[in-house]
Amino acid sequence: MNAIAGIESRPPVLSNHVLQVRDLRVELPGQIDVLSGVTFSLERGEILGLVGESGSGKTTLATALLAHARRGARIVGGQVEVSGRSLLALAGEELRRARGSLIGYVAQDPATALNPALRIGSLLRETLSAHQVELDSAAQQQRIVETLRDVGLPDDAEFLRRFPHQLSGGQQQRVMLALAFVLRPALIVLDEPTTALDVTTQAHILVTLRRLCKSLGVAAVYVSHDLAVVKDLVDRVMVMYAGRIVEVAQREVLFRQPGHPYTWGLLAAIPDVAQRRDLEAIAGYAPAPGERPQGCAFAPRCPRRVAACSVLEPQLQDLSSTQRVACLVPHFQALELLGQACVLPVIETLARAPLLEIRELNMAYDRQVLFDVSLRVAAGECLALVGESGSGKTSLARAVAGLGENAEGQLRYAGMPLSLASRKRDGAQRHQIQYIFQNPYRALNPRQTVYQTLSAPLEHFFNIKGAAARERVEAVLKRVSLPTSVAGLYPHSLSGGERQRVAIARALVCEPKLLICDEITSALDVSVQASTLALLRQLQGEGLTLLFVTHDLGVVRAIADRVLVLKLGRVVEQGAVDQVLDLPQAAYTRTLLENSPTLR
Amino acid sequence: MPDPSCKPPRTPAWLSWFIGRLGYGLLTAWVISLVVFIATQALPSDPARVILGPDAPLESILTLQRQLGLDRPILEQYLRWLGHALSGELGVSLDSNAPVGSILFGRFGYTLALLAGVIAVVVPAALLLGVSLALRRDSRLDRWSLSLLIFLKATPGFLLAIGLVLLFSMPHMDVLPAVSILDPDKSLLRQLQFLVLPVLALSLSALPYLTRMVRASMIEALESDYVVAARLRGIAEWRIVWRHTLPNALVPAIQGVALTLRTLIGGALLAEVIFSYPGIGTSLNSAIQMRDLPVIQAIVLVITLGVVLINLLADLLTVLLTPKLRTARRVTMIRRNRRGIQPWWRRSQTKAP
Amino acid sequence: MTDSRYSRWQLWLAQSQSRKGALITLAVVALALLGPWLAPHSPTQMLGSVYGAPVGAAVLGYDFLGHDVLSRLLSGGVSVLWMSVAAASIALFTGSTLGLLAGFSRRRLDQLITWLADVSLAFPDLILVLLIVSMLGRAPWLIVLTVAIAFTPGVIRLARGSAVTVAGQEFVEAAQMMGYPRRRILFKEILPNILTPLLVHFGNMLTWGVGMLSGLSYLGYGVAPPTADWGLMINENQAGLLVQPWAVLAPAILIGIFAYGTNILAEGIGRSRSRIGEKQP
Repeated sequence: MNAIAGIESRPPVLSNHVLQVRDLRVELPGQIDVLSGVTFSLERGEILGLVGESGSGKTTLATALLAHARRGARIVGGQVEVSGRSLLALAGEELRRARGSLIGYVAQDPATALNPALRIGSLLRETLSAHQVELDSAAQQQRIVETLRDVGLPDDAEFLRRFPHQLSGGQQQRVMLALAFVLRPALIVLDEPTTALDVTTQAHILVTLRRLCKSLGVAAVYVSHDLAVVKDLVDRVMVMYAGRIVEVAQREVLFRQPGHPYTWGLLAAIPDVAQRRDLEAIAGYAPAPGERPQGCAFAPRCPRRVAACSVLEPQLQDLSSTQRVACLVPHFQALELLGQACVLPVIETLARAPLLEIRELNMAYDRQVLFDVSLRVAAGECLALVGESGSGKTSLARAVAGLGENAEGQLRYAGMPLSLASRKRDGAQRHQIQYIFQNPYRALNPRQTVYQTLSAPLEHFFNIKGAAARERVEAVLKRVSLPTSVAGLYPHSLSGGERQRVAIARALVCEPKLLICDEITSALDVSVQASTLALLRQLQGEGLTLLFVTHDLGVVRAIADRVLVLKLGRVVEQGAVDQVLDLPQAAYTRTLLENSPTLR
Repeated sequence: MPDPSCKPPRTPAWLSWFIGRLGYGLLTAWVISLVVFIATQALPSDPARVILGPDAPLESILTLQRQLGLDRPILEQYLRWLGHALSGELGVSLDSNAPVGSILFGRFGYTLALLAGVIAVVVPAALLLGVSLALRRDSRLDRWSLSLLIFLKATPGFLLAIGLVLLFSMPHMDVLPAVSILDPDKSLLRQLQFLVLPVLALSLSALPYLTRMVRASMIEALESDYVVAARLRGIAEWRIVWRHTLPNALVPAIQGVALTLRTLIGGALLAEVIFSYPGIGTSLNSAIQMRDLPVIQAIVLVITLGVVLINLLADLLTVLLTPKLRTARRVTMIRRNRRGIQPWWRRSQTKAP
Repeated sequence: MTDSRYSRWQLWLAQSQSRKGALITLAVVALALLGPWLAPHSPTQMLGSVYGAPVGAAVLGYDFLGHDVLSRLLSGGVSVLWMSVAAASIALFTGSTLGLLAGFSRRRLDQLITWLADVSLAFPDLILVLLIVSMLGRAPWLIVLTVAIAFTPGVIRLARGSAVTVAGQEFVEAAQMMGYPRRRILFKEILPNILTPLLVHFGNMLTWGVGMLSGLSYLGYGVAPPTADWGLMINENQAGLLVQPWAVLAPAILIGIFAYGTNILAEGIGRSRSRIGEKQP
């Protein structure tokens, strides 16, 4: 990630603010505020990172800068000034002209943000002609070609004739960047633009973005949920929680010495690929709009809480010239994230018989996704399967779970052959191998209560019903740290993290020996991820074997003992985690490591 | 990830898909002919007896059987029938002894004119109304129109027809003829007033479904991410509607029109009977009452094959008008996936508290 | 965010449209069921003058043969209604089962069922019914069966489409992995999640069924005279529309009200929030 940090900003020519926001307030019907009291400013060419978890209001703030609110929400107060023009006072034609030419916007998902029926060239031309009427067509073409080169896309006519679905994800996002930069706006707002992309592509896009902003002098607001991603990109960081700004600081200061307990908690919860650490979760959950407690919204979860915190809502105050914090008891000392001094004892996989053994697994959908994959997992260890999208790691996990179609190869579990189709496995194998899905919102039957979901396997595998079943259900809920009252609820009353815990409970209730986790924390916030990973470590300590599929090398470092790297369906490298991540042998692994965001 | 740099292949994938689809259509057509044949000629109850009635003397039944070829084995009957149908010879009407082809030719033209008239009225009206309602969603106009459309949808077609007759053909307001007595010698274009009421009745019953479909698909396009992104780029609203939403919203309407046509045919039958309009609907009705087997077979065959053709055209148009399907490199991309595999990063729509 | 305490019924009835629709439908059903007992005269007795005007003894006048219109009206609903309900129910039952099977089975079975449905869909509803009725006679159960056959492909398509969407969700895969028998997965995991669109379609089928059955009787293929039947009444009295409009209007209005009621009911259920993330028109 040094590539990005190496791009220095030019000293600002004019130090006037390009963006000034004062007391911005966005409400939902019923006067429930999503955002309130937001005040900050941005200088020319400066990149601001806007960080927060889901429900913090960061996306609402990003679109509010363009005077846009999603359906149902309304901007009710405050001022947004871009280059001196007050955007919230504009309407109709003036607002239309300001959007795009003054401020650009890059959406999160390029696949849905690009019209599938229009070619790239016509999108670019249309954007230009909607604003720069003084450019004639030759000059327009010139500008388009320049912009395409700037963002790193081919500038020939053939490329311009393509439809969005004919481009890769990275190219699509670069097109979005081009659409924003082609108008040379003063400010660009980017809403998590790289969440949808692989680490390698993400790294390239961040480099491109920083270079463009600095060379063209365009300010940027970069919204993200991941502090590690913004670390090398931004100049300043702004942290949001429950619709309020809780901290604003220069980059180095924030990462070295965060003031607000929430920022502190976030940094302690982010897994870091550079060192193994015990991740600390932040207990509790962020309040939804309308459920803010009185006083500081973070107080119920804060370890430094005092009585005054629940009474008065703290305002942003200067902690130093480079840091402002909204807290009554901020931290003053530097954050020290201690790595684990001792390395976990290497588990000898070769000496003992492996719990799971795969030999030459080949799998195909409409094209082949796995080529002769072999691996072994010893009892009690955690093996991480790492790869980018298209690497086949999910297909591999599904094959082990018995959900693979069109697969051939040999699987052995506890010395006995294991069929590739779950229907052909016997009951013992089926209940001992459990699978947890990535998307918690679709992993539970919406028409069944938690109790029904959890008690069904009990009856199916062990013939346990009635009072005995209820006992077991309560025990397993306690094990995953969920209150027993959850048993009577339907999934739609639970949050993502809670649903994932119910999914884990469903796996646990079957008394598994091997737990396959398929990117189970990708859809969760960082703090929830930390507590889920802690739970998994605890389970591993109780004797469970884990097969953990992920794309995030930081999570691998935090939880795995051994790691297997997959690229396009082939095993590239495997070994102990510390060995592979500190001294990678394969070039691909090295590339992955270089491009993974890190906090160091 | 799709490789973006290769040359376009020689034959586009949609062509091979189309050939497959054509084959599927032909197979369907053949099975339909089988069903029609079985339903009319191969039933356990003797068709000849059915035609002549329960008290016909044995003599006449046997004669009729020989005449119709019903005494031959079933397979032979079917093959002869199929052969005749493919060569265009549709048999001779039992009722009037005239060749079926000549009876139907003129009437078929009239029914086509009726259907064409309805399509010419309904499709533009539904498009206009659907798009306007979508643009003015939840306004008073929208809510009132929706209620009216629901009311129209609920009323059975033939009741609408009778209601129209009441309104426009009764002595107190004799504007349009209640019965379509068309003069076969004059061209249809000069007797358009006979078409008005049937077309109006059928249009009113077909309008609700198509309008709501266009409206729903337009709303979905208007709420899509790419429209929001375009709006935030400062593209003018009219241009967003014209170039960004309409093309995407109208492609599903093609399937809607195909479905409408299919329901229209059934409705047209009733309408023709009510208005005594000389189309194949009334022919079918009287043929059924007279048990005129060859006529029944011919009409049903023509209608169903027409529906198969319409569906084929609708599918072809849909593929050609959707860039993603038109430029697809593999035929499997045009068939719908059984399982939608979501990428790992796609978060759900509902944000959890 | 829907509260977990509300059961599906409450969600449906929460919509004002479904309440209105349910009320209207039930009112017409009650009228049709209780009608024969409430009729002041016998529906088949010729009591008055042909197309006689309304008088005290016959509030709606007399029809083309001198029957009392009101009595015929009250007795004429049962056949249309029971046949619509029966046809819609049979179509719902068979179509859902076949569609569920198709959506969840191996490729071959799915293709077979879908193809059969497509072939049936090539026949416009009325044509199919007329064809079979003309050949096999017009016994009421036969008509019900043919109308059900005409409706089933639509249900198959809907059930299959919804089942495929639901079956693509991870909790169904979880059930498969557990090794639950297929029948259990179909009926306990998938079916409860596709009930709402199926019920909306059921309401629509009732609407279409009433239209088609009354249309059939209008054409002369329904119940035989002199039995009272709404569709038949419209046909019989059409000639005297000017003189005695009530003989045609009264049954037409009742048919319309029933169709409207079921339609609104279907709309209301469709708008309620008990679907998994589907968009409402």
